[in-house]
Amino acid sequence: MTWFPRDQWYVAAYGSEIAHDLFSRTVCGEPILFWRTREGTVTAMPDRCVHRRFPLSQAPSRLVDDQVVCGYHGFTYDATGKCVAVPGQTRVPRTARLLPYPVVEQDSFVWVFIGDPAGADASRIARAPWLVDPAYTTVCGMEPLQARYELLVDNLLDLSHETYLHGGYIGTPEVASTPITTEVDEDAGIVYVSRHMDDAECPPFYSKSTGLQGRIARWQDIEYTPPCLYKLHSRIAPVGSVPRADGTDPDAFHVEVVYAITPETETSTHDFWAVARDFALGDEEVSAFLADSNRTVVLQDVVALNVLEKVIATEPEGYQELSINIDTGGLAARRMLSRLRGKS
Amino acid sequence: MTTSTGRIFRIHWVPGTDRLHATCHCAAEREFEDPVELWDWLLAHPEGHTP
Repeated sequence: MTWFPRDQWYVAAYGSEIAHDLFSRTVCGEPILFWRTREGTVTAMPDRCVHRRFPLSQAPSRLVDDQVVCGYHGFTYDATGKCVAVPGQTRVPRTARLLPYPVVEQDSFVWVFIGDPAGADASRIARAPWLVDPAYTTVCGMEPLQARYELLVDNLLDLSHETYLHGGYIGTPEVASTPITTEVDEDAGIVYVSRHMDDAECPPFYSKSTGLQGRIARWQDIEYTPPCLYKLHSRIAPVGSVPRADGTDPDAFHVEVVYAITPETETSTHDFWAVARDFALGDEEVSAFLADSNRTVVLQDVVALNVLEKVIATEPEGYQELSINIDTGGLAARRMLSRLRGKS
Repeated sequence: MTTSTGRIFRIHWVPGTDRLHATCHCAAEREFEDPVELWDWLLAHPEGHTP
């Protein structure tokens, strides 16, 4: 068993991060080299020269057209990972090859498959279509987390912590005090957690962005597809407003909060976050407010989880934590992750 | 919530109480005060899941 689920798709970057330039990011302990070819596709291959392991993203390694030249001895690889030149001799050893990672650019993310490439079925990648939908305006970012990815999963599956950790931003008393409903789809591999607050205080995150004042209906519907993609369907509306029978919901504001939880190492995580809204489209002031507020909230989590990681690192073996009703969804996610790791 | 017709575990927080009501995909139901015990029971399916 590995410390993370193998044979899975993970978000390695936003597509906007990858240009015609060398870019490196470690995913599940594997340093990966990316660049966007002149045709516009994203390549992904190990960020280590097969010769003496020099990182190909490290200067003076460089990209020449669509070939990367190792900055140590000049081994040269094309966009498929094939070595096309070595120094001082015409024969390129047969084993001089970087095995490319399956890569898919979708919903603004660059996904890579970590595991046996034969199992890389792109149709299994969970979707977040709002992030590229012109009917939504999206702000996004990524924060490095010095904590194991499971701590971020715990954090996001139990939003009652908003009341205490994120007061003044997204937390109000009703979040912690409203019971949740949990469902697990064993066949699809999805954990759902719902908290519908029908008469709640409106936190600044939503009052300032939507203009709604006073009490609101606030629905939080979580959909987590382990290991990587987490979606929070957030619905904000005047008290008493519910979606219509035909599925339309004209009185409500909808925010799709998307996280990609990508392990970097056993004790560090790439915390990708995005906030897509179906109101104030293109309004740069609202975008700046939501981006700043959500980043602040994410950084509050980062500080807390970084501390937790240190606590775990120094605690004695066999520490028994306590779980209560609010943890029902988080426990389901842990179990699903454990099962995926067991298959690795 | 899901509209899937696959194997679904459902856990509802019983209104006005601290209890959790678990329903297995086999339709077995049981109430719990502890989510850890709840998951142990659900995942033991079909053991102890008499209708």
